[in-house]
Amino acid sequence: MRVAVHTEIAAPRQRVWDYIVDPDRHLEFMEGMTRWEVDGRKRTGVGARFAMRMRVGSVELGGLIEIVEFDPPCDMAWTSVTGVDHRGRWRLRPRNGDCADVELRVTYHAPGGILGSIADLVAWPIVRGHLQRSLAELKHRIETLPAVRSEAAAGKRRHHTQGVAKARRR
Amino acid sequence: MNSLLPTIRDDFESRDPDFIRQFLPILWLLASFWYRAEVRGLEKIPAEGPVLLVGNHSGGNMTPDTAAFVLAFSAYFGAERPFYQLAHSLVLTMPGLWWLRAFGTVVASPENADKALRKGAALLVYPGGDYEVHRPTWESAKVDFDGRKGFLRVAHRDHVPLVPVVSIGGQETALFLSRGQRLAKGLRLDRLFRLKVLPISLALPWGLNIGDMLGHIPLPAKITIQVLDPIDLRARFGAKPDWSAAYRSIIGQMQRTLTQLQSERRLPIVG
Repeated sequence: MRVAVHTEIAAPRQRVWDYIVDPDRHLEFMEGMTRWEVDGRKRTGVGARFAMRMRVGSVELGGLIEIVEFDPPCDMAWTSVTGVDHRGRWRLRPRNGDCADVELRVTYHAPGGILGSIADLVAWPIVRGHLQRSLAELKHRIETLPAVRSEAAAGKRRHHTQGVAKARRR
Repeated sequence: MNSLLPTIRDDFESRDPDFIRQFLPILWLLASFWYRAEVRGLEKIPAEGPVLLVGNHSGGNMTPDTAAFVLAFSAYFGAERPFYQLAHSLVLTMPGLWWLRAFGTVVASPENADKALRKGAALLVYPGGDYEVHRPTWESAKVDFDGRKGFLRVAHRDHVPLVPVVSIGGQETALFLSRGQRLAKGLRLDRLFRLKVLPISLALPWGLNIGDMLGHIPLPAKITIQVLDPIDLRARFGAKPDWSAAYRSIIGQMQRTLTQLQSERRLPIVG
């Protein structure tokens, strides 16, 4: 099944790109996402891996995903390594000067023959709803929150994450 | 008198992650839309290594809590993570339930528990077993392991984290009236089949359902499952624990959670 949602954000494409490639921000705007953690040393670019989970119906689905396409500030695509078999893509295009066309696509496939196809079909409105609300939240955050403030918050968050990592190492 | 149960070989190699993946969409449909299952706190389970998951058991022989939890665990950690479940040997002799082995269900015994944990697997046990799963519906919000403490010894001996898993809703999938312990004893089922109960319930499609051997159509009761924080038994209770105190502590913790889950429910079945 294929889900594609789209929105227009009144901000330069580069700013939207910077927002979506920052792994610390995914849980802020991705609806239904319960986990988004860097797996390994690489945090971005081709080969970066993430452990992700999204609540769909009664369970948190997901697994390990890997970035397979990274073309700043236009396209970022991923594919599943383990867990639910799926692919996804962020597609950013400039529009009317300082605006960006943002499209988020996800293609997924459940095993299990006919019942798997039924599950795919039943899950479609749930996944689509999550993605639509995620784009709406992304648009809201980028358009209404000042860039300087969000960057400062990101810095603060990175500092906090490093602190937690240090504490865990101890 | 010898048991009439056939000897079942230890079948750890029957677990098949590909089969589990194929089966998950069916469980997902069932759990999401029939039981409206909600599983909370999976992130508390250690991401790798052996772990003993200890649950309270509900729902008669249909065990909706097991279906919902196995689905949630396999979806969250992936079917490739070794995950076994202990079940009464009678369950594994039922002809229509061959697929349980592919899911990683093995005969409940201390030896199999040790074996699974020493393989580095996650292991789900229901110490209350047939005694708890057939308790009357009005005891839905009661954790009742019948004093069985073997799970504590296993977690302590193998030095693995014990993670309590508390569920509610299963006992509303039929009207469970009695465990039928006297009936089971009178028919000598304990000696013949290691069964301490012969449950009596009102269930679809049978009406009066004695034994629940053929299962039943469960009512669509909402299932809620809460995973608690891991417990290191050696750290909490020492190298030589007072088993009774440890049992009371773990059961008490699970009971408080179950009471909390019960207080969240506004209506039977609806949740």
